[in-house]
Parts: sequence; structure tokens; C-alpha cells
Amino acid sequence: MKITFPHIGNSYIPIKALFDDLGVETIVPPKCSKKTLELGTKYAPELICLPLKINLGNYLESIEKGADTIVITGGCGPCRFGYYSEVQKEILKDLGYDVDIVVLEAPEGDRGEFLRRVSKIANTRNIIKIGRSLKNSITVLKKLNRFEEMVLKKRPYEINENQIDNLYDRLIKNLEASRGSKEMTEHLNKALKIIEEVPLDKNRDVLKIGLVGEIYTVIEDFSNLDIGKKLNKMGVEVHKSLSTGEWISEMLIYRSLGLSKEVKIWEAAKPYIKTCIGGHARETVGNTVLYSKKGYDGVIQLMPFTCMPEIVSMSLMPSIQAENDIPILSLIIDEMTGEGGYLTRLEAFVDLLRNRKEKGQYAEKLS
Amino acid sequence: MPIKVGIPRALLFYEYFRLWISFFENLGAEVVVSEKTNKEIIDNGVKSTVDEACLPVKIFHGHVLNLKDKVDYIFIPRLTSVNKYEYICPKFCGLPEMIKYSLKDVQNIIDTNIDFRKSKKNLNKTIIEIGRYITRDVNEIKKAFKNALEQHNEYHSLMKKGLLPIDILENNYIEQLNEEVKVVLLGHPYNIYDSYSSMNIIKKLRGYKLSVITCDALNRNVINQNAETLDKKMFWSFGRKILGTALYAMEDNEVCGIIYLSSFGCGLDSVIADIVERRIRRSSNKPFTLLTIDEHTGEAGIDTRIEAFVDMIRWREKNENNLSTHRKFIYPN
Repeated sequence: MKITFPHIGNSYIPIKALFDDLGVETIVPPKCSKKTLELGTKYAPELICLPLKINLGNYLESIEKGADTIVITGGCGPCRFGYYSEVQKEILKDLGYDVDIVVLEAPEGDRGEFLRRVSKIANTRNIIKIGRSLKNSITVLKKLNRFEEMVLKKRPYEINENQIDNLYDRLIKNLEASRGSKEMTEHLNKALKIIEEVPLDKNRDVLKIGLVGEIYTVIEDFSNLDIGKKLNKMGVEVHKSLSTGEWISEMLIYRSLGLSKEVKIWEAAKPYIKTCIGGHARETVGNTVLYSKKGYDGVIQLMPFTCMPEIVSMSLMPSIQAENDIPILSLIIDEMTGEGGYLTRLEAFVDLLRNRKEKGQYAEKLS
Repeated sequence: MPIKVGIPRALLFYEYFRLWISFFENLGAEVVVSEKTNKEIIDNGVKSTVDEACLPVKIFHGHVLNLKDKVDYIFIPRLTSVNKYEYICPKFCGLPEMIKYSLKDVQNIIDTNIDFRKSKKNLNKTIIEIGRYITRDVNEIKKAFKNALEQHNEYHSLMKKGLLPIDILENNYIEQLNEEVKVVLLGHPYNIYDSYSSMNIIKKLRGYKLSVITCDALNRNVINQNAETLDKKMFWSFGRKILGTALYAMEDNEVCGIIYLSSFGCGLDSVIADIVERRIRRSSNKPFTLLTIDEHTGEAGIDTRIEAFVDMIRWREKNENNLSTHRKFIYPN
């Protein structure tokens, strides 16, 4: 059994750690590239959302490298993501590939089935072993998320150009070369220590932007054309409202205990949207309100073309923008997105935020 | 003066209009249904929604604008789920919000949450919540609903006989021509039954002496049996109906062709239509075509495609076993 999985951000590292610990062979799909997207777009339905197209490209490239089992997470709607597995099965069948797709979900609340699937891919029935490996890999994931967060936060202030980028690249290379969660945690601890000590110029005039929207486009830097780095280069500190670590602990730990860490976000979203409508629409709205309360200069909403939940939140955005006094830019991404146009829109938005900030400062001085 | 309740003639109107109209009328309210979809309604809808929304949602906005000044309340329930473990499209869950924030001057919306995902236990509560807008008398509300449900069931049993909502709405109860050649028209009810946005596809097909079958004409058990053959339960109620119907149509000998009418940008159709198409191509030799509509669709293009589709069916009938051998024409002089 050679397991593969779709890319989302850097989460392939903790996933690899998990399977390394369990002693299962994995094939990490090649980094998302134009070729991945082209392959996916060629075989996927025309109007399906972007994540499926990139995922499909990942599978095809992994299968070429010898993978025979695909592991994905599932869900039961109302967003399309819940039916990804079926569409992908049909496509791979038509293409003539004989691969096994294991969907990690509890169909209609059936936990027994969930555990059966987990033990199938984990190659063991030992729940304690699975639990321990999972815990260790979540530690890797959380540390990695913390590092990524720091990169986005500190990069605009760095004194020595590219220092953080080099550190980041080196860390990823080290992680890719290592096996198992123990080794990875050590590398991460080291890198976290170094990034703390990177010399920063805190006097720079830096803006703050929060990223909200559909989880895949927010996290996967290939799909959003590395928006974080682009904004950092323009002198903007960036915070992503969603991360894989938060998502996994929310799904695995808090929700199964009937709790949620997201109550605060939902509370903030309440005046606009009261119920869960699928995807991360409610979190998009809630986080936008929270960002404005925290004094961020602007918010960017990212979503794939035709994303159903985000279309709902997008149509609320004009009201949220006016009532909370925070500029919002909605960016829709698909396989046709061109880098030039995208960059122009980001630049224009940042200019707008900068003017707005300066105007505010002058007004303060005058009064 | 009775309270006026407006019901937009869009989205799930075609599925539930008997239920909704008779419920409010039984309570003594006056029901105003928006005009039939027309250019003005579509234009107004398109203007007031985000570009990314799909055509049916844009049309819905237009219908709400059409009703806005004529009624006291507009009925826009938040339809989250109508069956256990099933959903309707995410946009339906957020529809009241979309209306509230896109059409700022629309007030007094009945936006009760209809959610039977976990169980139907809260049915009574839901009905009373809706009825409260008209009367305080709980018993009357329950009675009104019971009667409305009977009407709704009668409406659906009419559809099982082969009548389509457009026939029933136009009081055209005469036996619809039951031609031998049957085509199955797949798609969401708001796409296929809205005669303006669907460019009258049903009438056009009937004009070619084809009888049109939709999901609603099939017995629920048939749909369920077919839908259960899928590996994973289809969690969209209407998607499940469409998939079940498609699987039935693939096998049924009387069905000569399958048309899928979809609207551009529909998230559900991108999944369902693709699975339907792949299954049909893989294990059936029936003609299949996918028509996509949006607010720019030109009627001539749709006509051509329907015509070509019908030709294909007719030629198959005529030339079924007449395979052309080398240098021999199918049509002898």
C-alpha cells in the first residue's frame, strides 16, 4: 500500500510524519505546479471549483510515481467538498486507473466505519499507537503553523533582506529530508528559536491585512499565487484566519466533544449570518468583523470561482465593510487567474489602505 | 383588511407552491405571487446581486423586487434541509441574508428556518413560527397546515400522472399527449419549470411530439432505489432526485434521450451533471446533452441544440439497423 494525499499548504509534512510514525509508505505528490493545474483542469468537470482541479492533478502526478491509495477527508455537505471523493472516483475510473480512495469521515454519524477506515490506512488496529502518532503529528502541524504565521508577520520588518525566506526554505528542506515526527519536531524547535531572533525594524510603517475566505485558497499558496509573500513585499503584515492545525483540532477534538473554539467567531458573525451554511462562510464573516475590531487596516477575501458558501458571504461584504469601517477586497481565483491583473489589484488595494491610514493620521494631528 | 403575503415565483416555488399558497390562504391571508419571469425581473435581479451568483438566485432577487411594494410580508424561508441527513444548496441557507443585504429596502421578510436535517420533530414548531405572522391561534395554524399538506400531496400525485407544474399552474388539466417517444429532462425544478429562463424548453420538446418526463413524474421509491446504488449518499435532496432519475432513465427502454438543463455556475450541477454524464457515456447508449443557461443565453443557440438532439433521436428510430456498408447510402433514392 502506497498512500498519497492532496496538497494543502505545507500539511504534507505533518501527514508524512504521521505515516512515517505508523510505518506506512507514502508518496508525497510533487509540489503544485502549472502542470498539476493543467492536468486537473483537463480531466475535471468544467465548472467544479478550483481545489478539486488541483487535487486531481496531485493524484495523477502521484499515481505516476506509484501511489495506489488516496486518502482524503470528507464531509456531508452542504458544500461540494463532501462529494469530491465521488467525482474523483468517477474521473479516475474513466481514466482507467485502479486506485483505492479512502475517505476519512463518519457517514451518517457512523463512528465504527470511521475507525475501520482509519485502521485500514494506518495498517494497524492498535488505537493507542494511532492516537500517539496522531498526537505527535499534530504537534508538528501546530509548530509548523506557528512558524508560517511568524513568517507572514515578521517578513515586512526584516532588516536583512530574504533572511526569513532563506530560513523558511531551509526548514522545509530539512523537514522534507527527515523521517518521523521526532526528527521534524527538533528541526521546527530550532527554526522557531532562530526566527524569534531575526533582527527587525519595528519603526517601519507597515499595514495589517487579514486573509479570510475559503479554506483551501487561503492556505494553499499555489492557488492564491502566494498572496502572503506578495503582500509582505509591499510592506504589509498578513494574518491568515484559517490554518490546517486549527481545522484539524476543531474537527477531531472540539466538535466531537460537542464544543467549539469558534463560538467567538460565530458570535461576531451573528448580526449578519446566524446559522452554518457550509464551507467557511460564517467564519469569513465573523473573522472580518473581528479583524476590524482588532484594528487591522483591511481584509482580503479569497475564494474559488463558483464557491457556493463564499458567494453568500461575498454578498454580505458591502454591508460589513460599511458598518465596521474596514475595506474589503474579494478575490476570485480559478485556473484562468493571471498574475499581472492579480498583482495590480493587490497594489491598488494596498495603496488605498495606505492613503486611508495617512488621512486618519493627519486628521488626528489637525484636531 | 387581510394581511398580504408575497411569494416569489422562483426557486422552490414550483416544488411547494400549493403547500405555501394554501397554507397562507387557509389562515386568511391574501397571497400575491410575483409575475412570471420576464426581462425586467431578470435585469433587476442581475443588477442587485453579486456577479458570481447563479442565474436562479439572480432571478429570485428580481421576483422579490417585483413583490416589494405590493405586500406586507415576503415569504423567503431559510431552506436548510427538508430530509434527514440531506441538504439543499448552501445558497438557499443564506438566501434571507443575501436578500436582506443586497436589497436594502426590502423589509418584513418571513425568514423562518426550515431545517429537518436531524429529524422532523421541529416540524410543528416551524409551522407555528411561520403561521404566527398571520394569526396567534395555534390550532388554526395546525389545521391550515394539515389542509395545505393535503393539497400539496394532491399536487404531487397529479405530477406522478405526467402533468408538469406548468400544466397545473395554467390549469391545463387535459391529458397531456402521451407520445411513445419519451425524453427525460433533468435539472433543478427552478431551471426546468421557469418557462422564461429555460426558454420554454418543455413546450419546445412537446412541439416535436416528444413526451417530457422530469424527476417529479417518477415514483419516490424508484428514485430512492436507484440513488441508493451510489457509493456515497448524495446529500443534496434535489441532487439525489436528479441522480436517481438519471440512473432510472439509463435503464428504462422507453426513454429515448436525456437532456440536462443546468445553469451556469451551479455548484450542485457541476458535480451531478458530471457524474450523470460519465455514467451515461460509460454504460448506456442513450443520447445525452447538457444545456447550460445563464442571463446571456441566446434562444437561437438553445433551439439549434434541441433540434439537433431531436434529429438524433428520430434518425435512430428510422435507421436503427441500417448501418451503412461501404459506399452505400443510408437513404436510397
